[in-house]
Amino acid sequence: MTGNDAPAPALPIGEEELQAFVDDRLAGPRRAAVEAYLADHPEIAGRVALERRQRATLRGQLERKFAEPVPPRLRIANVQAARRARWSRRGRAAAAALVIFAIGAGSGWFASRLQPLQTATAPATTTVAQSAVAAYRTFVVEVAHPVEVGVAQEAHLLQWLSKRLGRKLAAPDLSAFGYRLMGGRLLPAGSAAAAQLMYEDASGKRLTVYVRAADGTETAFRFQQEGDAATFAWIDQGFGFAVTATAGRDELLPIAEAVYRGFGGVEGGVRKG
Amino acid sequence: MARDDAGALLEPLIPALRRYAYSLVRDHSAADDLVQDTLERALSRWFLRRTDGDLRAWLFTILRNLYISAYRRRRRHGTEVAIDDAAPIGTPARQEAALEAQDVLSALAYLPEEQKSLLLLIGVEDLSYADAARILDLPMGTVMSRLSRARQRLRSILETGRTTLLRRVK
Repeated sequence: MTGNDAPAPALPIGEEELQAFVDDRLAGPRRAAVEAYLADHPEIAGRVALERRQRATLRGQLERKFAEPVPPRLRIANVQAARRARWSRRGRAAAAALVIFAIGAGSGWFASRLQPLQTATAPATTTVAQSAVAAYRTFVVEVAHPVEVGVAQEAHLLQWLSKRLGRKLAAPDLSAFGYRLMGGRLLPAGSAAAAQLMYEDASGKRLTVYVRAADGTETAFRFQQEGDAATFAWIDQGFGFAVTATAGRDELLPIAEAVYRGFGGVEGGVRKG
Repeated sequence: MARDDAGALLEPLIPALRRYAYSLVRDHSAADDLVQDTLERALSRWFLRRTDGDLRAWLFTILRNLYISAYRRRRRHGTEVAIDDAAPIGTPARQEAALEAQDVLSALAYLPEEQKSLLLLIGVEDLSYADAARILDLPMGTVMSRLSRARQRLRSILETGRTTLLRRVK
């Protein structure tokens, strides 16, 4: 409008200023100016007063939360300890998870199959993968008793697991990848049973193959990665399979394929999508 | 040296982090999980923090980012919605009752995350507008206008809650 030196009846009070007033962040002349403005505009004054009240109410409602004693697990020393523990667990879990992935990815059917099946069976494969990773994390770090029945009694182990699982179980041969069978164990899986086979390479890196009954007869592939842990899971004729390891994707791929083949996937069921 | 340093600097800020986390997730133990993750993340990047920056603002940034990514992950996987979020939809009576009592905290649940965070970080945690802008990665002017909109929305939620109730009572 006019020049700069037009008397400022009020430097226009903007919304920003009103907000700063609600937050009690205005001092001196600006605060006075806003107060004067509000005195002239009762409707806006009412709104601002309401916003100030609501702000104060919210602060009041949260006061008790702020005053609560901090639980021990949030003490910095404890957080640091938990962090260290998790780290060592994670590093190894990562290895196992990877194996699973490899199984499907290597072959031509991987891509064609992944797409259509994801919607249909993702939940089942997810459950299998999650259980497999949990079991991996629990036992792969185990030094004293990594397996329940060692490879020395391989025949007995497989017979036992097959019986409990209700499916003939053979241990896939992964020696071509430097992994040899250590043994296995029986695990709970809901109301049924699951089997975990554990492999180890010369450097002590471990890999697990996890099998349990699962809904759905389709063969579905699902890759899951958590940190450097990767899992490849699929469902085949009523069973869920998962291979878990810490390995690079390319390293894991052929291993997972071999496991798939080891369980008779190729001969029996690979339907080219 | 750095470890003790971290403890001494971080511990006084934990109550505020717990309050912000609780206001976002409205579940005491989930909130503490979020705070624990925040502290772990902060410790793992302790040497990367800007020594000239406000430690508090940095922690709120970490916490908020963790909250947002966890929320996105949950949505992607279609997992359960927190009881707090789900309950009012099916149970209007509870919603009205909650809002009737000038329950600003519950009303907050009906705001999008960004508005919620603005009201909490500025109105409750007393962060400067500039820090809030940094935490939310927004220009200052945008913070001011969105803060205004958030308060407007909150007012109307609380007002509607009340009118609905009054109409019912009559």
